[in-house]
Amino acid sequence: MQITLNGQLQNIENSKTVADLLEELQIAHKKTVVERNGTIVIEEFHEREGLMDGDRIEIIHFVGGG
Amino acid sequence: MNTEERFSRQRLFHGIGRSGQERLQEAHVIVVGAGALGSLTAETLVRAGIGKLTLIDRDYVEESNLQRQQLYTEADAAAWTPKAEAAKKRLLDIRSDASIEIIVGEADPAVLENCLPADLIIDGLDNMETRLMINDTALKHRLPWIYGACVGAYGLSYTVRPGQGPCLRCLMKGIPMEGETCDTVGIIAPAVQFVSATQVTEAMKLLTHSFEQLRGTLWSFDVWSNETSSIHVDSLQEENCPSCGASPAYPALAWSGRSKAETLCGRDAVQVKPLPDMQVSLEQTANVHKQHVSKANQHLLVLNIEDKRLVLFKDGRAIIHGVSGEVEARSLYQRYIGG
Ligand SMILES: [Zn+2]
Repeated sequence: MQITLNGQLQNIENSKTVADLLEELQIAHKKTVVERNGTIVIEEFHEREGLMDGDRIEIIHFVGGG
Repeated sequence: MNTEERFSRQRLFHGIGRSGQERLQEAHVIVVGAGALGSLTAETLVRAGIGKLTLIDRDYVEESNLQRQQLYTEADAAAWTPKAEAAKKRLLDIRSDASIEIIVGEADPAVLENCLPADLIIDGLDNMETRLMINDTALKHRLPWIYGACVGAYGLSYTVRPGQGPCLRCLMKGIPMEGETCDTVGIIAPAVQFVSATQVTEAMKLLTHSFEQLRGTLWSFDVWSNETSSIHVDSLQEENCPSCGASPAYPALAWSGRSKAETLCGRDAVQVKPLPDMQVSLEQTANVHKQHVSKANQHLLVLNIEDKRLVLFKDGRAIIHGVSGEVEARSLYQRYIGG
């Protein structure tokens, strides 16, 4: 399926939910803020929030460096 | 120096103007951390004519910093100059009448409160624990502060304003484990410059009271993969947030819980702090361990002990390289320094 992730079109093969996507992107262990089609998906709902073709997903993960 | 001429291009800019420039020249900004982000932010603010800058940093200049920490030179690295000290010297070369206070040491709540009053705090730190302390200090004193961080080609930023949307604790829901923020994947200078540019722009808007122009979002980018994101996070504000909620406890100001030995991110080094009542003298330590002394200046002493390197600061902290972990670092400290 194809989604727009942080403004870039991407093919996502193995992810059915937001939680899967964070795994696929290898940032599941980080603190994140996720938005799906303009609405924030809080952490408790990552497992059950399904992804659909054409979704606009924004993901920002926190880092500590500087 | 003719300030009329010096800041003329900034005054011509519609968003700043004469009144905005005057406000900048009356403002006091605290920059915490003088690594890549903090040193760049400090330079831009000083060039912009900021009234007073306070710069806090606990580290010294090393060769590996020079690729991106653009205030520093080979001479600073060779002399093991503390970053805050090296930064001040260079900033005064850039603008000789600038008012610059530096603190070579840890940013703890007492140190930070001593720097007040200020208009704004800008984050140039390398760890989340201290950022949450900045968050609580800023909220307690009703000051805005600007978070910024970067790693690799990625960076993000967020402006915290008391009473105007969520704070950093609301967004992060607690402190991540150290491993979550401790990255060893390198960094490129443009990522740093991008984050600093956003932080300083937000600072200029705040200081010139251009509040309607503030970005108002959590913002990130990756300059290598060309991804960018901007999220409105107002819905993440926690009513009972211990930092920005109705009855705040400011948990990060209870600094005593902070570890006495701390692994420094990406540095292959451990920092050990002295016990509260311990007196450390660089001179005395240098005398006792003469055969190990490889470098000494007015701020620090470098001891080479077997294949380990212990850098002792005047405030009693030591940064120890080549140890296997915090336990070994602490025992080395106790053996050679005391406590
Ligand atoms: Zn909060």
